[in-house]
Amino acid sequence: MNKDRFYKFILSSSVVVLIALVAVILVLLVENSLMSIKEFSYTMFTKNEWDPVQKSFLLISMPFALFLALFLGEYNTSGYIHNFVKSCVELLAGIPSLIYGFWGLFIFVPMIRDAQMYFGVIPYGVGLLTATLILAIMITPYSASLAQEVIRLVPRDLKEASYALGATRLETIRRIIIPYALSGLFAGVLLSLGRALGETMAVTMVIGNSNFIPKDLFSPANTMSSIIANEFTEATDPLHLSALIEIALILFVTTSVINLLGKYIIKKMVIK
Amino acid sequence: MKESSLKYRQFKDKAFLFAVYSVVAISIIPLFLIIYYISKMGISAINWNFLTTLPKPPGEAGGGMANAIVGTLMLIFTSSIFAIPISIFIGIYLSEYQESKLASIGRYCLEVLQGVPSIVIGIIAYLLFVKPFGGFNALSGALALAMMMIPIIAKTTEETLKLVPLAIKEAAIALGVPYYKVILKVVVPTGLSGIITGIILGIARVAGETAPLLFTAFGNPFMSYNMLKPISSMPLIIFNYSGSPYDDWHAMAWGTSFILLIIVLILNIIAKIIASRWKIQF
Amino acid sequence: MENPILKLKNFNVYYDDVRVVNNIDINFEKNKITAIMGPSGCGKTTLLRAINRMHDFTPNARVEGEILLDNEDLNQMDAINVRRKIGMVFQRPNPFPTMSIYDNVISGYKLNGIKLKKAEQDEIVENSLTKSALWKEVKDTLHKRGSFLSGGQQQRLCIARTLAMKPEIILLDEPTSALDPIATQFIEELFLDLKKEVTLILVTHNMSQAARISNDTAFLYLGDLVEFGKTKRMFTTPENKRTEEYLIGKIG
Repeated sequence: MNKDRFYKFILSSSVVVLIALVAVILVLLVENSLMSIKEFSYTMFTKNEWDPVQKSFLLISMPFALFLALFLGEYNTSGYIHNFVKSCVELLAGIPSLIYGFWGLFIFVPMIRDAQMYFGVIPYGVGLLTATLILAIMITPYSASLAQEVIRLVPRDLKEASYALGATRLETIRRIIIPYALSGLFAGVLLSLGRALGETMAVTMVIGNSNFIPKDLFSPANTMSSIIANEFTEATDPLHLSALIEIALILFVTTSVINLLGKYIIKKMVIK
Repeated sequence: MKESSLKYRQFKDKAFLFAVYSVVAISIIPLFLIIYYISKMGISAINWNFLTTLPKPPGEAGGGMANAIVGTLMLIFTSSIFAIPISIFIGIYLSEYQESKLASIGRYCLEVLQGVPSIVIGIIAYLLFVKPFGGFNALSGALALAMMMIPIIAKTTEETLKLVPLAIKEAAIALGVPYYKVILKVVVPTGLSGIITGIILGIARVAGETAPLLFTAFGNPFMSYNMLKPISSMPLIIFNYSGSPYDDWHAMAWGTSFILLIIVLILNIIAKIIASRWKIQF
Repeated sequence: MENPILKLKNFNVYYDDVRVVNNIDINFEKNKITAIMGPSGCGKTTLLRAINRMHDFTPNARVEGEILLDNEDLNQMDAINVRRKIGMVFQRPNPFPTMSIYDNVISGYKLNGIKLKKAEQDEIVENSLTKSALWKEVKDTLHKRGSFLSGGQQQRLCIARTLAMKPEIILLDEPTSALDPIATQFIEELFLDLKKEVTLILVTHNMSQAARISNDTAFLYLGDLVEFGKTKRMFTTPENKRTEEYLIGKIG
């Protein structure tokens, strides 16, 4: 075998290993959750109802992310202020989930608890609201950097044509930039949702871990990933273990679909 | 024809600008709050003892987390050994054979792998490397972390190498250099800063990961250098101690968080500096 | 000069500290086509964009001097009003891809938040498209997006969009440089028609285009206004040596 071919062989087998790894992940998850799937048929899928966090977090996070993205992608596209804000956003995105959870547990939770005492609800501190807020702080930087990339794709000559017609910046943003970037922004929301779905540590630490469907925003709750984190090492019953792996399978499939779809939409927008 | 006054429109424009700036200011406040609190609470917990001794049972004064520092270093080192070569090979393949079928499947797999929640990676590593061998071990944790590093490093490698202009490659080929040497001696060195940035970011990403270690490396109150036995790590210490009811364990968790935060922030800043300063101009 | 509509006096444009347009005095005649030509990098596009204040969004650009539109100083006026009076057509056709042909034509009103009755809208759309010689081709597809139009049709759509705002002047920044010769000829004829209603200022690096359709020509070189006068006279008997060299292709 000559060196050129040997070299190509090494490269392509690395990619084959990667593909095999993903296939193995899927097979293992399916194989190990079969017991639970047979036992409960499809009822596990309704466990998605345990994830109200991801929906409420979007409401808080998306406006912030959009404004940040407009700041970085439209108002300040270069210069010191841009670099400073961009670095802050990148560092926020780089802080480990665990640190957010830890900080949330010891600084944020007492604040929420005080607020709950004030409003006269049971002062758990931990719960849905706390998890949602922490999640919003964690995911906003990621959503913002995605949205920023998309906003930057809006061609300059379209914006100039709008200004040349006498539109203000806000009018240009509302009527030209946002409509043009809409599909990409939607993909950004999807990808952020995928990120939030898989987010484990911070949520586990502050959500309170209750398997009852929460009554209100202040109640303790659970998410798919926090259930796994809490129960996996203690699950001795094979059926329990299998049920947890089924949750992992659901997480894997949902996040994969969301990711591939989101990236596909953005790729199409780049080509346009 | 109805037209709102120019003053009003400009007022709205200014008001929106103000809103954008305010939201940006609010959005970056958490960064400083987190750094402030973790530093305030963490620095007081750190001393020589903290860095060099083993943890003590609750109630006993002193104790440190030397085993967790060693554990984290060993986990990161081992996972890098597994992840870095294969990631770079994948990245080179994806940029060199962009159009091939294998590359496009590989790219989808990278996206999927990158999106897999870390807790699911933990379960996979448990099923692959813990269950068959009958016990928690450090190696399984390192492999779980390696799975998380691969997409980060491979994608940065691919993107960097794609930027290397064709003309540079052609110049080398025109000199009669074999193709693999062109890649290894011309293309890869040209994109080196990008690859290194990817490696550092990959390490920074997994240094604070906890979820994949819960069911793999598991944690260990004693000093261990054995990759086939359970091992402690800084994230595990923070997670386990923060859930405990003891104040001195909380203090340990603060101290460990501080060290971890500093490590992760510094790695991120180094990656940023390398990416901007070392950029090779074409 | 019989009837100037736009006058520039001691007009300078800087990028940071570099002066790219040097102390220009020039009068543009009403209902005429004035061509601004010169080799690339001579500052002609910079000059054009300074007229309708497009440089407001370039942080390091700075303008000095007077621009008078009907003896009113544009520097004292709000940029938005300036752009409503002075429209612009760009080098590459840039219809808004998210809007239909119809919405593209009235986009100026929509963007400016001006509410029109349906009948008024219809009238403006038909008028503007007729003036830009596009009405017949698109009247059945008004509510489709303009992306299937040819380059020349897209550019005429952009001209219609500009005409819809009833500007006094239209700035044309090499409007045919991205088009094929037939589309170019069509648009040149359109300009000759349009000058009855508006004043056109045309930046071009195409000498024969300037010769074909402009009444006056300004020749810019390295930021200086080298020569300005009747097109016919300048192309036959240039006064300045550099103009002559440019016209015979020695510089460019």
